Amino acid sequence: MDFSLPPQHASFRDSVRELAQGVALVFAAEVDRDHRFPDESVRAAAESGLLGVLIPREYGGAGLDALAFTVCIDELARACASTSVIVDVHTSVGSEPILLFGTDEQKKRWLPRLASGELLGAFALTEPAAGSDAASLQTSARRKGDGYVLNGTKVFITNIGRAGLYIVFARTGPGERAAGVSAFIVPAESPGVKVGQVFKKMGLNGSPTGELVLEDVVVPRANRLGGEGEGFTVAMRALDSGRIGISGQALGIGFAAVDEATALLKSRTRGQGEEFWLADMATRLESARMLAYHAAWLCSSGRPFTLAASMAKLHCTDTTMQVALDALQLAGDEGVLAGSPFERHVRDAKALQIYEGSNQVQRVVIAREVMRV
Amino acid sequence: MDFELSEEQVAIRDTIRELVQDRVAPRAAEIDEKAEYPKDIERLFADNGILGIPFPEEYGGISGSSVTICMGIEEIAKACATSSLILAVQALGSYPILVAGSEEQKKRLCPPLASGEKVAAYALSETGSGSDAAAMKTRAKRYGNEYVLNGTKQFITGGSVAGTLVVFAQTDPEANHKGISAFVLERETSAWLAPKLEHKLGIRGSPTAQLVFDDVKVPAANRLGEEGAGFKLALAVLDRSRPGIGAQALGIAEGAFDYALNYARDRKQFGQAISSFQGIQFMFADMATQIEAARHLVYLAATKVDAKGADLTKVAAMAKLFASDMAMKVTTDCVQILGGYGYISDYPVERMMRDAKITQIYEGTNQIQRVVIARSLLK
Repeated sequence: MDFSLPPQHASFRDSVRELAQGVALVFAAEVDRDHRFPDESVRAAAESGLLGVLIPREYGGAGLDALAFTVCIDELARACASTSVIVDVHTSVGSEPILLFGTDEQKKRWLPRLASGELLGAFALTEPAAGSDAASLQTSARRKGDGYVLNGTKVFITNIGRAGLYIVFARTGPGERAAGVSAFIVPAESPGVKVGQVFKKMGLNGSPTGELVLEDVVVPRANRLGGEGEGFTVAMRALDSGRIGISGQALGIGFAAVDEATALLKSRTRGQGEEFWLADMATRLESARMLAYHAAWLCSSGRPFTLAASMAKLHCTDTTMQVALDALQLAGDEGVLAGSPFERHVRDAKALQIYEGSNQVQRVVIAREVMRV
Repeated sequence: MDFELSEEQVAIRDTIRELVQDRVAPRAAEIDEKAEYPKDIERLFADNGILGIPFPEEYGGISGSSVTICMGIEEIAKACATSSLILAVQALGSYPILVAGSEEQKKRLCPPLASGEKVAAYALSETGSGSDAAAMKTRAKRYGNEYVLNGTKQFITGGSVAGTLVVFAQTDPEANHKGISAFVLERETSAWLAPKLEHKLGIRGSPTAQLVFDDVKVPAANRLGEEGAGFKLALAVLDRSRPGIGAQALGIAEGAFDYALNYARDRKQFGQAISSFQGIQFMFADMATQIEAARHLVYLAATKVDAKGADLTKVAAMAKLFASDMAMKVTTDCVQILGGYGYISDYPVERMMRDAKITQIYEGTNQIQRVVIARSLLK
């Protein structure tokens, strides 16, 4: 047993930290206030190779593993949660499906552009009537000639309008729920791909979220990811590692809140009750870190990790929500003012309990695995 | 990074698991009901080398690794928290010797413990000195080549059955905590009295004794470290033993979880197993997640003991705090899942809930753990 970060991961963490603290943190309050895309941070991440963390070197990526990915997202989120979710979604659900399920041809064509950041990736599964019940999605992919014609509306799509490529899930078969779903690589520039409403949210304001409207979008067969009817498998596998990324994001927001609360308590007179809160916050977060690392380690070493990823996502995000609220409480008046990192962490943290499988869905997954029900 | 046990550890675990299922689990309810020390289980552990786990091979043991100790405690606690204390206290009572003992002391004092011929105990607390250990009154006065001990120790787990007892006493009362020294008492030559055993909420088979020292003579050769080094040693020992309490809490929670899960699968209401209700499933999902989180924190702390990690004090306190609070919550929820059956002693989960409570209290209350953690964060 050895839970320490391997040296190469530790030095990678240090380099991400430098970038995150040097660039992403500088713009964090501003992108939140102005609801604007953190161009500076994402560009800096791209220049440092952070958009290709999981992509093999032969395709221009860094060729690192899930543990490095977790550490990367954690460090970015400590500085700017919006930047971290943009990079997280791009890296895991937005690019990894091509790595895992793509043909050589598809990998050669798309991965280098995703790794360099020339294209930002996105993941289009959710629909207005298909959230937790993703298998009920209605977007259609009708066969036409040597390809497909896609029609439908996707919603709550992270990186909307900024993505150069969407992994879209659509129905190729008639009515048979999960078995009728296929996955497609849809370039944003394809005719008929439109950005619908871009939502105003309570947090993660620098990360655009909105509707992807598909109107008679022609997709060549060469852009189908996996076989017909394999789309749901692609989606579920993508979400498994996506959950590791969200765990990392939760850790980053949580540790930022703890660090800021610690600095605050150090700077003023404090009671034992407040110190005990801080002790509880740090303890719970440490337990969350262990679950996230466990899931990442299982994934990195090729072991089954679905259960561990769901536990990590559930515990990390629930813990961070509570930690962010407690930190805000410790900060008091100062913490609730707009522009304070304390109130921003609370708003940012909430999304994590909801997206990439709400925490209710995580409990369903965990119960299924541990109870065999 | 490696989250798995070594092959050797897995082999030890499997041996313990089998032994516990065959011999300990069937005794657990009776041990609790009669509140009698399970001498038979102590002998079983001695005969199978389990009491030798806290000691390196050079002192007659089989491991000495905190990870292995925690793994053993966890396995035993799944079935019987009282029995898990036999190993936990063997480790607790031996740590002072292993940490501060001279080579001569280790070679002399450890082998009878490692073989299981004797069990150890650790006497720090007093009536007026619980969380505030430095306020102790037990006195050790030196006369030539020996010390004479006088005083009373309180809440000493296994103090009445131990053959080897580590006692903390003031050698220089003026110096407060810097006047505390540690001594190893062997029952044959330095007999102490155990006039009173406590009646308790849980871990009822584990004797919690008041110990009286009335002019008890101890050879100076049995003092651990220098005079005045005892308080620092007591804290260093607690850093090492706290992951073990976390492991005990973890085992108790796992035992309750497994029982409640089997029950929920069998128990039918409204024409279906209660495990098919989502409200119940979510309770199990939360419990399983909290148990898993506690497990990794406990073993993180254990690896810090073995690797002498710089942040051991903080992480050990976190592991003990998180795991024991988790165990209290999980066992309470398991009683809830069994409903009325959970509340009666025909079923084991109410015992597990009672056993869980002490893990929030001993080896530093969870309030003390928070003090330790906060001090480390705010320094």
